[in-house]
Amino acid sequence: MTKVVLSGSLKAKAGGSPELEVEARTIRELLSVLEERFPRLADDLEQGVAVSIDGQIFRDDWYREIPPDAEVFVLPRLAAG
Amino acid sequence: MPLDQDSKPSKRDFKVVGTRPTRPDGVDKVTGRAKYGADLYAPGMLVGRVLRSPHAHARFKGIDASKALAAPGVKAVVTAADFGSVRRSLRDVLENCLAQGKALYEGHAVAAIAAVDVEAADAALALIEVDYEVLPHVTDVEAAMAPDAPLLREDMITSGMDPAPTKPSNIASFMELGHGDVAKGFEAADVVVERSFKTEATHQGYIEPHACLASVAQDGSAELWCCTQGHFVVRDTCAQLCGMEVSRLRVTASEIGGGFGGKTTVFIEPVALMLSKKAGLPVKIVMDRAEVFKATGPTSSTAMKVRVGATKDGRITAGAAELCYQGGAFPGSPIEFGAMSAFACYDLENLHVSGYDVIVNRPKQAAYRAPGAPMSTFAVESVIDEVADKLGMDRIDFRLRNASRNGSQSAYGPKFGTIGLVETLEAAKAHPHYSAPLAPGQGRGVACGFWFNFGGQTSVSLNVQMDGTIGLSLGTPDIGGSRASMCLMAAEELGIPYDRVRAIITDTASLGYNDTSEGSRVTFSAGMATIAASRDAVVKLCERAAKMWGIPEDAVVWENGEAKPSGSNAGDFDPLSLADIAAKAGNTGGPIAGHSEINADGAGVSFATHLVDSEVDQETGQVKILRYTVIQDAGKAVHPSYVEGQFQGGAAQGIGWALNEEYIYGEDGKLQNAGFLDYRLPVASDLPMIDTVIVEVANPGHPYGVRGVGETSIVPPLAAVANSVSAAAGVRLTHLPMSPPRVRAAIDEARGEGKLAAE
Repeated sequence: MTKVVLSGSLKAKAGGSPELEVEARTIRELLSVLEERFPRLADDLEQGVAVSIDGQIFRDDWYREIPPDAEVFVLPRLAAG
Repeated sequence: MPLDQDSKPSKRDFKVVGTRPTRPDGVDKVTGRAKYGADLYAPGMLVGRVLRSPHAHARFKGIDASKALAAPGVKAVVTAADFGSVRRSLRDVLENCLAQGKALYEGHAVAAIAAVDVEAADAALALIEVDYEVLPHVTDVEAAMAPDAPLLREDMITSGMDPAPTKPSNIASFMELGHGDVAKGFEAADVVVERSFKTEATHQGYIEPHACLASVAQDGSAELWCCTQGHFVVRDTCAQLCGMEVSRLRVTASEIGGGFGGKTTVFIEPVALMLSKKAGLPVKIVMDRAEVFKATGPTSSTAMKVRVGATKDGRITAGAAELCYQGGAFPGSPIEFGAMSAFACYDLENLHVSGYDVIVNRPKQAAYRAPGAPMSTFAVESVIDEVADKLGMDRIDFRLRNASRNGSQSAYGPKFGTIGLVETLEAAKAHPHYSAPLAPGQGRGVACGFWFNFGGQTSVSLNVQMDGTIGLSLGTPDIGGSRASMCLMAAEELGIPYDRVRAIITDTASLGYNDTSEGSRVTFSAGMATIAASRDAVVKLCERAAKMWGIPEDAVVWENGEAKPSGSNAGDFDPLSLADIAAKAGNTGGPIAGHSEINADGAGVSFATHLVDSEVDQETGQVKILRYTVIQDAGKAVHPSYVEGQFQGGAAQGIGWALNEEYIYGEDGKLQNAGFLDYRLPVASDLPMIDTVIVEVANPGHPYGVRGVGETSIVPPLAAVANSVSAAAGVRLTHLPMSPPRVRAAIDEARGEGKLAAE
């Protein structure tokens, strides 16, 4: 089980809990579980989110493995100028 | 790709990376040879012009273009009705390109015409009849949030609130982030400062207006030439908006005269394509300056409140902020990034930031270098200065006491890895600027800033030509010297002189996909791909040499641009240069190229500290910037002159934002200053030389340690200048820009309250 923290606007759409326990070996699995558990996240997940694993931010890398005991944050899609 | 073991600053001696070859694009740009968005012509080309709403907010019941179509020289008219339905994530983009039943801001495109020349097009525009029903408008972010504000959308219920509101409003969404317990934190503080701030909207101010040339053939294939920061994204977006297969549209990025984030989306491109499709001829659209101001993507204007508490010994116990950003007439202001970056420079136990994304009757905002961060940083860094002063602490020491370090929990959640904020603060403290004397009426400001860096999808091809020179194909438009930097990295990997490598930005049909040049990602991502493609080419070059010598592949090494046997056991052969191997390429297996198609990961974050001295004319309120120093962590500066250029450019834009630039709206909801005369950018005569210090704390996620630098430099200046001007004027300024009337008004108010000596 991995502890996952949703950030900002994503947290509100996931019932507001500060930390979730999710069974996921890759980013793809994590996002699937989140979509199933929290249908209100569907739009954000479709637009794309950023996932931070132990401080490193991944934007589209679905098959990136999530090591056990990793610190995982799900952030809104990061874009810039 | 992780940091090369020998790239740590103290260990590696780069041969060409870190040098300063003359920029390769300079001569073409100053002689007029460079081709920008408006510089392409096609036989039979038509001129496209856009009809824009004269009203800030209006419903339109119908558009009658019959007279326009019948006018001499007119070949096509396009409205939103010509476009089919698109997926949800593109609907706002399309509606912004052409209004659908409602004009949401003055300047909102309503229809477009293609005609044989400008005169015919403009005459015909005047013949398009639009039946407007003018509606009440709102342009101010706070006014738009008031309960009685005119609504842009009757069905907008704020998302992110639980329970959801029952009535519609102009607040698209609410978000909050943080950790710990701010109430407890403030209770434990000896000093608490709370201030409210406002910033006005600004424009990226690129000198080159948007321009494009679209040509759709009878079979539905199309070519598009445009100035953009991301031609692959333009291709994919336009293909979807116009109902085309992606492979049928070929987009070429022109040389770009500035973008800064404002050219990461589309405004006129889908319109030009649709006009060309209907007219059966190429169509060129060039925006004029007023259109750029009224109908491209300025920044948000904001209203913010920040509260910081600290103990006597200088530890911040809590930080809180409430941010309200308007993103124009569509949801999507950078409120989350503003919230995430506001306190990023500080290691806080207790933090809470909330944010409102608000819509108003203004053009749809677009990115501008570190979107959202300059404004929230202005608010936080202003309060940080006040807290330091109340504690009697040196302003840099106070920041050092609370600075984010390796392993700190970031304001946005994840722990920081290796970061360089402390190094920039220490460099600022030690810099002669910080201890230089100040005369009466002068003030010094310091501020820190943070921005994310991104990786993203990147493709690079490297071709070895018959004479041993290298052709590098890139797909990230060059907005900051990336062509030269890529050539330096390829030359470094191949062990050849820099000028043996030439880079071009290819069109979308000639290379794999590339994400947009934004997010300070290019030197990092395209650099990583260039290094990977170079290493791929080196493997192949060694294979060919092995073949030519008849020895095993693993018996060949690559050194200083040549293949050599790895040792005397491998054989006694003279080294083979790139040219030697390339000359025989056809005989040894075919063309030699290196490739890389990656999703670049491992981008590091970038911090900066800025120092600024200014002088305030107490009578007129005018501010003069006397001295400015940018100190920023670049990880590894591949081409230091370009890095310094990014530092200086971000500072100059931030100074303009802090002192003079603002969108001024009239009571009628119309933009009053849609031109450079009245929208006052700093020019060369306004500013002193901006000094720079490049700090290098290697990013462990890049082979050379590169961090992106393009955006962080605009994050501290609003705060640094505000802190400096506040010190010089003797009164805290909280509303940007600090134009002379505002400075004078603040001085007058402080005098009236007895806080400042009378004249």
